[in-house]
Amino acid sequence: MMRIKTPKKGRIKRELEKRAPKLVETGKKTLILHGTKTSSILNSLLTEIYHLKKNDSVKYSRKNDNIRPFESGGETSLEFYSLKTDCSLFVYGSHSKKRPNNLVLGRTYDHHIYDLVEVGVENFRSMGSFLYDKKLAPRIGSKPFFAFIGEAFESVDELKHLKEILLDLFRGEVVTNLNLAGLDRVYVCTALSSSKIFFSHCALRLKKSGTVVPRMELVEVGPSMDMVVRRHRHPDESLRKESMKTAPELLKKKEKNVVKDAIQGKIGKIYIPDQKVGSVPLANKAKGVKRERREAKMKGEGYKHTQKKQKQDAE
Amino acid sequence: MAEQQYEIDLGNLLAFNPHHQFVSPPSSREEIVKVAIDEGTKVVQAIADALFNLPSTEDPDGPIVKLPAPTTKLPREKPLPKPRPPTKWELFAKKKGIKKRKKEKLVFDEQTGTWKRRHGYDRVNDDSDIPIIEAKSTDEPGEDPFAERRKEKKSKVEKQEKNRLQNLKQAAKVGALPSHVQLAATSLPITGTQAIPKKVNKDELENVAGMAATATASGGKFDKKLPGEKPLKHEKKYRKFLPAVEGSGMGALEKQQTEKVLNKLISKNSHEILNVEKAVNMYNVKKEKKQRRQGRQSSTSSKLKTKKKDFKKTSKKGSSNKGKSK
Repeated sequence: MMRIKTPKKGRIKRELEKRAPKLVETGKKTLILHGTKTSSILNSLLTEIYHLKKNDSVKYSRKNDNIRPFESGGETSLEFYSLKTDCSLFVYGSHSKKRPNNLVLGRTYDHHIYDLVEVGVENFRSMGSFLYDKKLAPRIGSKPFFAFIGEAFESVDELKHLKEILLDLFRGEVVTNLNLAGLDRVYVCTALSSSKIFFSHCALRLKKSGTVVPRMELVEVGPSMDMVVRRHRHPDESLRKESMKTAPELLKKKEKNVVKDAIQGKIGKIYIPDQKVGSVPLANKAKGVKRERREAKMKGEGYKHTQKKQKQDAE
Repeated sequence: MAEQQYEIDLGNLLAFNPHHQFVSPPSSREEIVKVAIDEGTKVVQAIADALFNLPSTEDPDGPIVKLPAPTTKLPREKPLPKPRPPTKWELFAKKKGIKKRKKEKLVFDEQTGTWKRRHGYDRVNDDSDIPIIEAKSTDEPGEDPFAERRKEKKSKVEKQEKNRLQNLKQAAKVGALPSHVQLAATSLPITGTQAIPKKVNKDELENVAGMAATATASGGKFDKKLPGEKPLKHEKKYRKFLPAVEGSGMGALEKQQTEKVLNKLISKNSHEILNVEKAVNMYNVKKEKKQRRQGRQSSTSSKLKTKKKDFKKTSKKGSSNKGKSK
């Protein structure tokens, strides 16, 4: 025997619907966590990444002994956390003698690891160490610009991969309408060599230029660091193909009563239905009124709801 | 010029300068940062050139532009949702060419002369809200037409629920179950009707726990006790078996036991073993009671018919006494 089980509360239903797969996805959530050991550099870096993505990320603060994303069997609990928190991006920090200040950036597809890039962090400067006008500080959740500089991002496989992951990690929600007044941050990534990039977070200052386009000025606000690519893992080819599927284009409805004219431009026809003079809906049947009050009105007598006391003129 | 040089993805506000290259690695950190920021400014300027020239609409918060779709393809987070298979009704309707039509929510009720809802509480032509049902010639006596209607309605609801479950099962097969719905297995009925799982009370639980605790070879003697666990009711074994082979001392015990049982069996029917004293006592008591009862009956015999209860009481008393006397 089967039984239909539905949540009893609307809040839970809405929460489940949020987690369900969607035709058009807008944004991914990020899980930030670390391994057995982290250095102070990594600790502050992870917190700062969390601050950069505060509205769509989850930060775990406990040690995780059994997470080793690159090893087989080391991803089970990571995948479970991804399912639990509904995150499909993760940033994992660990520190060891072999790989000091290690940062693993990765993505999941259907709560299974999709791809991974491991970078070492060098020359890290935190947000606090930058001095700038605090009015310029980027706001939480604003849409960032991305600037990738250097041909290595195209020619070197690892950096190409890293570029894609960094874009996915920091781009935030995919939007169609953008408020130009809200642009206030840039991520600048510069390839220094074939395995090293310089990553910096900058604020934007828009200056008048006399034209429509303002003059851009970048102010470094941090964090900034060098990333040295260590290991990386590409997704399975078949998995990649599946994950790149997009929603089938909806058939456009035929636009009725609109004609395009070469001279007059867009012309529309409007049909106005007959005025039903005989059957005008009664004002008493307004939906917004409470039932008992409405019924009282229909009767037209008896019920008189207590009027608010009005100020009376002194007589 | 600048736009040609850079690869711009307006949907992600991303620009990429594939031509820049450090000819010789810069010596100092400041130099690297300076070059990066300068280059970054140029690239961002290129994005802004494209962005601010998009057609915009004015808003109190600022100009709003419509961004094109991102050109950099990034993987999805979860697989595409599968379309729900058509329900049985939808299939039927398609076959028969039945189309959905919109119906008005309010309908004029001729009985009351008011507008009423089509469905739900206080609806039009509500079958279950009729005070009088006219009798028909086909009506069978002894049947409640109201109850019949209620039963009919209930069965309809049940049928609909069954259909719904069937459709959801079909959807679950394809993996297109709505996100908030789960199909859970109920416990299997054993003999047609489903028994409600009984809640175990404390005593029963303790009994079971005790049984489990003693179910070891040593009778739970060496088991560790949980905090708060009571000591066993029977610490020792219930039965003791006598040795099968005659040894020192114990051999005579078996003989004694069997003799005891045999004696009891034999003495049940034997008159020789009669306790005369006890028998006389019993006889006397019985007789006394019989007399007492007879005396009472004779005294109350005139009121027998008027007071039945009295009679009953006495009879009860008599019977109980009988039991005692025996």
